[in-house]
Amino acid sequence: MSGDIILRAEGLKRSFVTRKPLFGPATVVQAVDGVDLSILKGETFAIVGESGCGKSTLARLLVRLIDPSEGSVWYDGADIAQLPPEALRALRSDLQFIFQDPFSSLNPQMTVGALIEEPLITHGIGDKDERRARVDDLLTRIGLTPAHADRYPHEFSGGQRQRVGIARALATGPKVIIGDEPVSALDVSIQAQVVNILEDLKEAFGLTLVVIAHDLAVIRHMADRVAVMYLGEIVEVAPAEGLFTAPRHPYTETLLAAIPIARVGPRRAKARIEGDLPNPTAPPPGCRFHTRCSHAQDRCKTERPTLRDLTGRQVACHFAETLDLTGLTGGDAARSPSARARFALYRAARAQEGGITASEKTDSSTKETLS
Amino acid sequence: MTDANATLAPRTPSRFWRKMRASKSASLGAVIVAFFVFIALAAPILPVPGPTETDWGAVRKAPSAAHLFGTDEIGRDVLSRMIWGAQASLLAGVVSVLIAVALGVPLGMLSGYLRGWTDAVISRFTEALLAAPFLILAIALAAFLGPSLSNAMIAIGLSAMPLFIRLARAQTMSVMTEDYVESARAIGLGHFSLIRKYILPNIFPPILVQSTLTIATAIIAEASLSFLGLGQQPPAPSWGSMLNVAKNFLEQAHWMAMWPGIAIFLVVLGFNLLGDGLRDALDPRDL
Repeated sequence: MSGDIILRAEGLKRSFVTRKPLFGPATVVQAVDGVDLSILKGETFAIVGESGCGKSTLARLLVRLIDPSEGSVWYDGADIAQLPPEALRALRSDLQFIFQDPFSSLNPQMTVGALIEEPLITHGIGDKDERRARVDDLLTRIGLTPAHADRYPHEFSGGQRQRVGIARALATGPKVIIGDEPVSALDVSIQAQVVNILEDLKEAFGLTLVVIAHDLAVIRHMADRVAVMYLGEIVEVAPAEGLFTAPRHPYTETLLAAIPIARVGPRRAKARIEGDLPNPTAPPPGCRFHTRCSHAQDRCKTERPTLRDLTGRQVACHFAETLDLTGLTGGDAARSPSARARFALYRAARAQEGGITASEKTDSSTKETLS
Repeated sequence: MTDANATLAPRTPSRFWRKMRASKSASLGAVIVAFFVFIALAAPILPVPGPTETDWGAVRKAPSAAHLFGTDEIGRDVLSRMIWGAQASLLAGVVSVLIAVALGVPLGMLSGYLRGWTDAVISRFTEALLAAPFLILAIALAAFLGPSLSNAMIAIGLSAMPLFIRLARAQTMSVMTEDYVESARAIGLGHFSLIRKYILPNIFPPILVQSTLTIATAIIAEASLSFLGLGQQPPAPSWGSMLNVAKNFLEQAHWMAMWPGIAIFLVVLGFNLLGDGLRDALDPRDL
């Protein structure tokens, strides 16, 4: 991993009007409220948080599938938020998106081959034969065969469709892929397949991966760095292992404590989260987490903490240096038996695929010799 | 690492036709519609008297060997007028719906796609048209345009248009919320391709079904306009005008009303069955 920043968000904000009465002010929710973040070239960057914290909105803002209300997103020396429509369309071959639900994210009226070929046609890449070869290659890479190009999405399983979605995202040879919960709609055994394919392809294509998730086990398995979001703000950014073993923000600690652990005995009372997520249309003043934070003090109720640099990470908490927070004690030992079982599955699937990937390589080399 | 379950059996390329044939009701509908289209087209070469030839020796005669469907009030052969009338009725039904679809669907898609002011203007216009009952609007338009079959078709088409604007708008809005539309934007697809490849094919089935139903309505509307002298001009026949004349002789010559009634019923049924079959066959989700 190099230290180059490939995608950078500055003061990113997006609000949605949830209710607009005929008279009086509209109800506005700040889905993303002033997010700064830098994504490094070649890394896997994860964004985690509860449902409704704005992570999907943030993901869409990063590739401008929705327009930001304020702020900028810098990619390749240009502010994506300001690009005119034509330039933005051209840029889309570099920045691709993987959707959460493989059942609704593929046009049911198009064949799988047409779906994967479409980005190539859109961006004027290759002639008909080259595109066909590219589609065949991508289909093979995601574990299907070129013969499947003429099938419709409904003829495939969820995992297969999600792989088709990945192939479609990869077709133009993008630099950055953003996945909005790319595996959360799939069975656990299928998740392993898809996670492995993502990781393999990331390596093969030299991608930068931004993954949105609420499943911390998947994140720990995949990510290099993790950003934790709460109510539209980023509260902590840290290297994955550091974040899991030694969180510096109370909310991160609470999230980690919420990972189910199958063991006898009482839970650690300290990190239990109290109450629901506050109403996002009227976020609490000061630190947004103070209403649920067991370490909150008077200062937290009035003064809003900003994201500041700590050694090797960024934390938005007034007391980040002094708090004694518990993470997961390192390595597999701390993982719950269910997570361990899953990673065993992942590894088994990977080992199995490893053998076939090798045979695939021979296939493609034979193809090359033939052509 | 090819999935075992991904190796599907080879599929015949003509899935659409296979599904159409497999559906008995769709086949029946297609046969009925094809039959009427055939007799409408073949009218000039079928061995029947001319539709306007009068025979004063055979006025209001019941069906017989000479006149299989009987004769009307001035001795014209009802079978011949049925066959020639099929032309006017089918033409009126199909052409007016084509006009309604050709104008209404693009306007509706534009409205649902662009939203905002475009939508507000198109929607208010649509509501204004819908405020007048379908037939009243058609009569007013036909009277304004002048009496002829082609003007009647335009009038019926314009009157049916708001329905298609509303349908296309609502369908477009619903398709726009699908993830696959966002995925089209994510790959950088232009507006035109997005509408052509993502929206149009996905809103097509309900529009097709609505079209078949509206063909039936349009055939009846043409009959009404013909009765008022705003549609097919006498002595040229159409089922509607035959039916409307026949109602004066229901007690003396019931066959004059029976045949056009049966024909309208069958053609409407045929279009409905065909439309439903088409919808099922065109839906790739339903194998």
